[in-house]
Amino acid sequence: MLRIPCPHCGERDYTEFRYGGDASKPRPAHDERDVRAWHDHVFVFANPRGPHREYWQHVQGCRQWLILERDTATNTVGAARLARDGAGA
Amino acid sequence: MSRGPQRLAHGGRIDRDRPIRCDFEGRPLEGFAGDTLASAMLASGIAIVGRSFKYHRPRGLFAAGVEEPNALVTVGEGGRTTPNLPATTLELRAGLRARRQNGWPSVTIDLGAMNGWLAPLLSAGFYYKTFMGPRRGSWMTYEPFIRRAAGLGRAVHERDPDRYHARHAFTDVLVIGAGPAGLAAALAAAAAGAEVLLVEQDPALGGALLAAPVTGPLEHWRAQLEAAVRATPTIEVLTRTTAIGVYDGRTVALLERHDHAAPDPERGAARETVVTLRARAIVHATGAFERPLLFADNDRPGVMLASAARTYLNRYAVAPGRRALVATCTDAGWLTALDLAAAGTAVTIVEQRDEVAPPLADAARGAGIEMHTGATVARALGARAVAGALVEPLAGGRGRRIDCDLLCVSGGWSPALHLTSHTGRKPRYHPELDAFLPGDWAAGDFGAGALVGAYSPPAAYASGLAAGRAAAAFSGHARAGRTPPAPADVDEPTTFATALAPPRHGRGRTFVDLQNDVTLKDVALAHAEGYGAVEHLKRYTTLGMGTDQGKTSNVNAIAMLASLDRRGIGETGTTTFRPPYTPVSVGALAARNLGRHFRPIRRSPLERWHLANGATMIEAGPWLRPWFYAWAGADVGSAYLEEMRLVRGGVGICDVSSLGKIDVQGPDAAEFLNRVYVNGFAKLAVGRARYGVMLNDDASVLDDGTTARFSERRYFMTTTTAQAGEVMSWLEFLLQTAWPELRVHVVSVTDAWAGMSVAGPRAREALERALPGVDVSNEALPHMGVREVALDGIPLRVLRLSFSGELAYELYVPANHGIALWEHLLDRGAPLGIKPYGLEALASLRIEKGHVAGLELDHRNTLDDLGLGKLAAHDKSYVGRALRARPALQAEDRWSLVGLECLDAGARLRGGSILFAAGDAIAGHGRGYVTSVTFSTVLGRTIALGLYQGGLRHRGEEIVCAFPLKDETVRARIVSPVFVDPEGTRLHV
Ligand SMILES: [Zn+2]
Repeated sequence: MLRIPCPHCGERDYTEFRYGGDASKPRPAHDERDVRAWHDHVFVFANPRGPHREYWQHVQGCRQWLILERDTATNTVGAARLARDGAGA
Repeated sequence: MSRGPQRLAHGGRIDRDRPIRCDFEGRPLEGFAGDTLASAMLASGIAIVGRSFKYHRPRGLFAAGVEEPNALVTVGEGGRTTPNLPATTLELRAGLRARRQNGWPSVTIDLGAMNGWLAPLLSAGFYYKTFMGPRRGSWMTYEPFIRRAAGLGRAVHERDPDRYHARHAFTDVLVIGAGPAGLAAALAAAAAGAEVLLVEQDPALGGALLAAPVTGPLEHWRAQLEAAVRATPTIEVLTRTTAIGVYDGRTVALLERHDHAAPDPERGAARETVVTLRARAIVHATGAFERPLLFADNDRPGVMLASAARTYLNRYAVAPGRRALVATCTDAGWLTALDLAAAGTAVTIVEQRDEVAPPLADAARGAGIEMHTGATVARALGARAVAGALVEPLAGGRGRRIDCDLLCVSGGWSPALHLTSHTGRKPRYHPELDAFLPGDWAAGDFGAGALVGAYSPPAAYASGLAAGRAAAAFSGHARAGRTPPAPADVDEPTTFATALAPPRHGRGRTFVDLQNDVTLKDVALAHAEGYGAVEHLKRYTTLGMGTDQGKTSNVNAIAMLASLDRRGIGETGTTTFRPPYTPVSVGALAARNLGRHFRPIRRSPLERWHLANGATMIEAGPWLRPWFYAWAGADVGSAYLEEMRLVRGGVGICDVSSLGKIDVQGPDAAEFLNRVYVNGFAKLAVGRARYGVMLNDDASVLDDGTTARFSERRYFMTTTTAQAGEVMSWLEFLLQTAWPELRVHVVSVTDAWAGMSVAGPRAREALERALPGVDVSNEALPHMGVREVALDGIPLRVLRLSFSGELAYELYVPANHGIALWEHLLDRGAPLGIKPYGLEALASLRIEKGHVAGLELDHRNTLDDLGLGKLAAHDKSYVGRALRARPALQAEDRWSLVGLECLDAGARLRGGSILFAAGDAIAGHGRGYVTSVTFSTVLGRTIALGLYQGGLRHRGEEIVCAFPLKDETVRARIVSPVFVDPEGTRLHV
């Protein structure tokens, strides 16, 4: 079972969190009207084998969205920081 | 008392002072404490332990541990019945009731053995070939027969009265397996200062050492090691505990068995406990399984792994035969031969190698053992049991018959690398050992003993010490400490060199997988038919898919496959091992999560009132909600119609506390709402509410609901019950990741407020009576108007909103005042005939009004699909706007919302019915489906909402609603989804 180091709550079981997808690419600006930009953001993923950054929310804790480093090949969890402290990319 | 004809007078690890009698198929079976059911059966001369899976051939004990493929028994009675347990893992205890399985009318006289005549039908892939062909229906016909004839033991439907527990645990170093390697690792890790948990599936410590003679030096050493472990306070020992799965982050699932202590569920004692263990480091010392040699009719009762024969002899003091033939290519076979000879058994050795180490040969000669080197067994002889073997020189030449009633086989060792594979690490083949070993190690995982090829006790011990020290260091403990010495004088050979000899083909069947009845011929056939990859072979032949997971068969099958491909065993590779390592009862996995503990139930603050006042409750997602009330009828079918009439004709009150409620505050709250809803919220006035729809980024509809503005910076959002959690997370996501510059806070207040809807033409009258100081006139509180007032000092929110289409108000008070307000409304409204209505009526009223809800909001439909496109603003950006413009989402033939009116007024229409145009054949996915259905009291007929290709462009057409599972069709007309008051005049009175 993975453990995620929440900056607020400390190391917690991943079952307290929800997964929120790829955090490695920037979300288009809210008023971006280009379909291609949103298409690429919503549907196109690199799906790397190896180091990756992803969103996780501590739903059963502080409710904060985190950006977590996780190696998708080994499932090794690295550092986590608050998403509000800086954009994903 | 002899306790069985095969029991030796002396020796063994059984406690002869504690005789035990258990029930075996209604007859007493006797043995001693320390016996397994299998050893007691063998001692009593029970030779046939089961019938084989497909061919119903008689089978005998083959192994002495968890790898046993044949001796599966059913244990217990009634709800305690547990099928398919290896008799080799069941401790003999008073009260044990066991029976053999898979034989009819009995295991000894089995009519199903005629399955052998049907053998051509039952070859590799027979399930697929026979039942998946063009005449697929045949599977339905034959399946029950095949299952009964060829199945394993059967589970029961009765409730299991036993208790099962779950707990969590933590340790510095987990050591899995208490053989010489594991004992050494535990001692070394503890000496370095680590806290150690040592788990062992067996009741006793020692692993393979337990098979050595009890009077020899190995036992002396084993006892010393055990004493040292027991005397170390920082080593916790769990016996009868299996590590069943290894997961990420060095999380290990352990299964503790307590049957030996006769746990009493009435006193809270558990039969089994699943432990979720977190370890800083793990030492895997899981040992190895002996591999059989393959030859024709190798499944005859009396054919047994050499290590198992040695275990029965030395550990349980049972003579597994009177005249033994040991067929081997390993030194381990010679140990068995020597011990059998010492116990007075006549022994012949058939050794594949041309020569063995001189000390072994000398010892065998001294023990009077007949030796044949450079030879192997080509075939087992005998019908119901082994009576001899056909022995052939490997170099060629005539074979000869050698009589025996025990045929021991020793074909090398397969390390038990199941657990190390659980986290996805591939085994690697080591030709010098003829074995797969763990390929690589994750940080914090260490291996020792036979698992890493250190087979002999001294080698295992040394590797255990090293692994224990390394694991302790990894967990942060590197103190210098002392450990007991390795054994000085051990009479075990140190070479276990083996060779995977190609199997001999003769007449008769050669079984690779005894449990699933897979033969060499099946492997060859699968290979010839193109299933040459190990994973394909496994699925096509079911090899290794039995309850033993092929512990004795995998490597032989891979070797066979490799030889067919003329390539290396390492290249052929292994199948993937997955948890659990050994079978686990469902009860243990469920533990205490039963009944109301299965999952949390969310309860309305008004529930106590509902239960006391005739409500029948129903589960709605995690919520329990009132379904209907007894005042309206005895069953839901009649009650909800009465409740609907109440709302359409008078006034009713409904608990809506389960709606999601989110407090939205901040200087930028208006901008925030304007971004998340498709419709405009920037200009929503204080004191007003607005219906809004949210999209996901991909433009599918996420949720709808109403948000009220109570002050400049303070909003009160409601969501559907089903999407409350989803919407909350989404708002938090947007605020924290996308728009951190917005000064807005969102807080879930769902549990803080009780909500109730007062609905019906007389709703205003009801409010006037209940809230005399509050002006609820149409002028003061128009449709979509909201007020915050106080009632006896209690804050009360009044929102004029309607879900049913009637004049209606939603009232919210702090949850602990909910029942007081509810009773107050009922009391003051009594002269108007106000009564409660439940979820069924609520849902039906909204269908009549054409409001979409959970069944339509399934994250697949767009705004336009649901007829809500006109809501969307053109002068602002909102989440999902860009992707909403995708051409495919704008296509005219998308399945979109329609109303359906059944032509036959009283027709029974089922939710999920598939929609077809009038002339269509009733086949396939149709042109849409029914999402919600009810009987309309207003129209006096069955109506529905649904999604239909092209939607309302087909208004007026007659279509067919089909429910093929029940062979039902209902004719209906496509109409507007708003069945009641389409102009909305009732809302504005
Ligand atoms: Zn947290």
